[in-house]
Amino acid sequence: MLKQIEGSRAMAEAIALCRPEVICAYPITPQTHIVEGLAELVRDGRLTGCEYLNVESEFAALSVAIGSSAAGARTYTATSSQGLLFMMEAVYNASGLGLPIVMTLGNRAIGAPINIWNDHSDAMAVRDAGWIMLFAETNQEAVDLHIQAFRLAEELSCPVMVNVDGFILTHAVERVDVPEQIQVDTFLPPFEPVQVLDPRDPVSIGAMVGPEAFTEVRYLAHHKQMLALDAIPRIAAEFKGVFGRESGGLLRGYRMEDADTVVVAMGSVMGTIKDTIDEMRDQGHAVGALHIGSFRPFPLEEVRSALLPAKRVVVLEKNLAIGMGGVLASHVRMALRGHGNRVHTLVAGLGGRPITRASLSRFLAVVEQEPHNTLHFLDLNTEVVEAEIARMAQTRRSGPIAENVLRRMGAGGLL
Amino acid sequence: MPQTGPSQTVKFYQTGTLTVGNRLLDPASRTVQSSESRSNAITCGHRACQGCGEALGARYAVDAAMRAANSQLVCVNATGCLEVFTTPYPETSWQVPWLHSLFGNAAAVAAGVAAAMRVKGRQEVRVLAQGGDGGTTDIGFGCLSGMFERNDDVLYVCYDNQAYMNTGVQRSSATPPTARTATTPVAEDAPGNVFGTGKNVPLIAMAHNIPYVATASVADLHDLEAKVNRAMSLRGARYLHVLVPCPLGWGSASHDTIRLARLAVECGLFPLFEAEHGEITATKPIRRRVPVEEYLRPQRRFAHLFRPDAPHAGEALARIQAMADANIRRFDLLRMSDDRKETA
Repeated sequence: MLKQIEGSRAMAEAIALCRPEVICAYPITPQTHIVEGLAELVRDGRLTGCEYLNVESEFAALSVAIGSSAAGARTYTATSSQGLLFMMEAVYNASGLGLPIVMTLGNRAIGAPINIWNDHSDAMAVRDAGWIMLFAETNQEAVDLHIQAFRLAEELSCPVMVNVDGFILTHAVERVDVPEQIQVDTFLPPFEPVQVLDPRDPVSIGAMVGPEAFTEVRYLAHHKQMLALDAIPRIAAEFKGVFGRESGGLLRGYRMEDADTVVVAMGSVMGTIKDTIDEMRDQGHAVGALHIGSFRPFPLEEVRSALLPAKRVVVLEKNLAIGMGGVLASHVRMALRGHGNRVHTLVAGLGGRPITRASLSRFLAVVEQEPHNTLHFLDLNTEVVEAEIARMAQTRRSGPIAENVLRRMGAGGLL
Repeated sequence: MPQTGPSQTVKFYQTGTLTVGNRLLDPASRTVQSSESRSNAITCGHRACQGCGEALGARYAVDAAMRAANSQLVCVNATGCLEVFTTPYPETSWQVPWLHSLFGNAAAVAAGVAAAMRVKGRQEVRVLAQGGDGGTTDIGFGCLSGMFERNDDVLYVCYDNQAYMNTGVQRSSATPPTARTATTPVAEDAPGNVFGTGKNVPLIAMAHNIPYVATASVADLHDLEAKVNRAMSLRGARYLHVLVPCPLGWGSASHDTIRLARLAVECGLFPLFEAEHGEITATKPIRRRVPVEEYLRPQRRFAHLFRPDAPHAGEALARIQAMADANIRRFDLLRMSDDRKETA
């Protein structure tokens, strides 16, 4: 049913259509509207057969989810940023125990300095935890990915994280087709756990494992993700069969035909990238874009085949691997190892800084001439950082950097 | 025997009349624990140390809970000795469905299991969470308080051996003042653990107004079982705090576990009581009161208090005695004692 609806609200309705049996909630910006929406749906009786637990922390939220999922209930939770880091120990635990929990991550920067706005730092912090990590480009896809996530999680017995850009998607009101219950019921069968806590058939889950078996357990976790490389496109195709639209999948190209330059990115920034590419195409530039919909498992082969024809690749990162560069770019470089493509890392949108078409097209015009691989920070205020670097070199007490930067920017009339 | 659930053939080691659950008696006079058909949640063959109070306490608590739940029991375990010594993969000592997740989240995981059982319409399945004092009073305290506050239908049992024994005897917030641990070593002017203000989790649990709170000791297993039974007869959040001496961490003889557990109660340092909805409903009076020295002296973790040349030892002992006296006053523990009769 087409609705003009806030992203979080649409996701809450889609999650409710998946008939979760236990929802654990703790508020953190910008995830809050999702759990608020679900609370309302449970309270007013539109979502029945569901236990909604308000817990005291994100650590408890995922811990409750671990218990309920292990006891055989379809389980959902959501978080963002610091909350994800606070539940980090349980994040690894959920995947290690093979529990098909679905979690929304309203992507947000990680402090300090504290910042509530969107980037992908939080997701990157748990990239190796063993969760399947999907990224939504639009709110329609966010809705659709949640429905696919339960299928995927329960088919593979593996937790799935649906990444949605904080505020940009969660708080945007736009047109979304929220499916009908009958469609979701057709697509998503009831949860049948592979192993469950039940006095009728006692099992011990979570035993201590020594060096003799730990590698094997980890190998199997990797194997499960490799199976997901097949399952993700298959489930997306089935989804199209039932719901009639393309959504999800491993990756998605945009105007990739004969593109010399391809921008690789994840999430909602694809909208800006596509608009920029349309403009640049009109001006005669051979540019295209590639959206990575599945960051874990990372579709190395598919990325390689999609990018091989391009002369240069610009990986737009909404994260910074401090001391290294970008996380996504290092993955893309690995996909293209041994080939001649130039790969540029473009760190952009950190802590919610707007990624504008003007800055992006300016950068893309530069890389067409740029002979070397580079690490570039989009719209970095070089004057401010150079002044601060000089000051730090002169005085032993560097002080709180963020405050110094803000003071300097304020003095320059920027605040 | 469907009503007793998973069981194994019980071995008859025990002889004599003073052993727990004497099996020399005729079957009609035996306790449930000594019957051949008793539930047996934690089988033998686990790797607990000799004289482990926690292994004993856990077996009695879980068995009693299992009987009370008609075998419809799920156990959740925090990381700690109990988890490690019962489940070295691929072995397990648990004859009940059992889940270990992390150190600090047993209460929340158990709340999740209880929620799942509720939503699945399986109200007959009861949930027991367990942790040591580290997993309960320290790292798991937030989750425990959350579980209390929501009144989740879980019985949480804390096996308190007063330090982090699984990692090699480091201080927890349940470690008593002056106790020597690996992180509170004894030095000239630093006699072991500090005299802080203490962290009394049973009283904190009571402050949550949960349906049931009790303390128990492995020296009185029938009392422990009765408390588990009472707890299992109620719904909602319930808390049982069991003192379980640790020969390794306390530096005591492995045959002294029960004696020390009893002395802790008799000196007043570990009062036994029950509370429902925040009100004390019963306390166990001390019949034969002992000075705290009698409890402390057999433990090497307090040995520095008994060196003749130890500075401040007298003052420290007096302060510990004052703590015991305060408990005795607070819970009126001497009301049936020989001491009181003499002075009356």
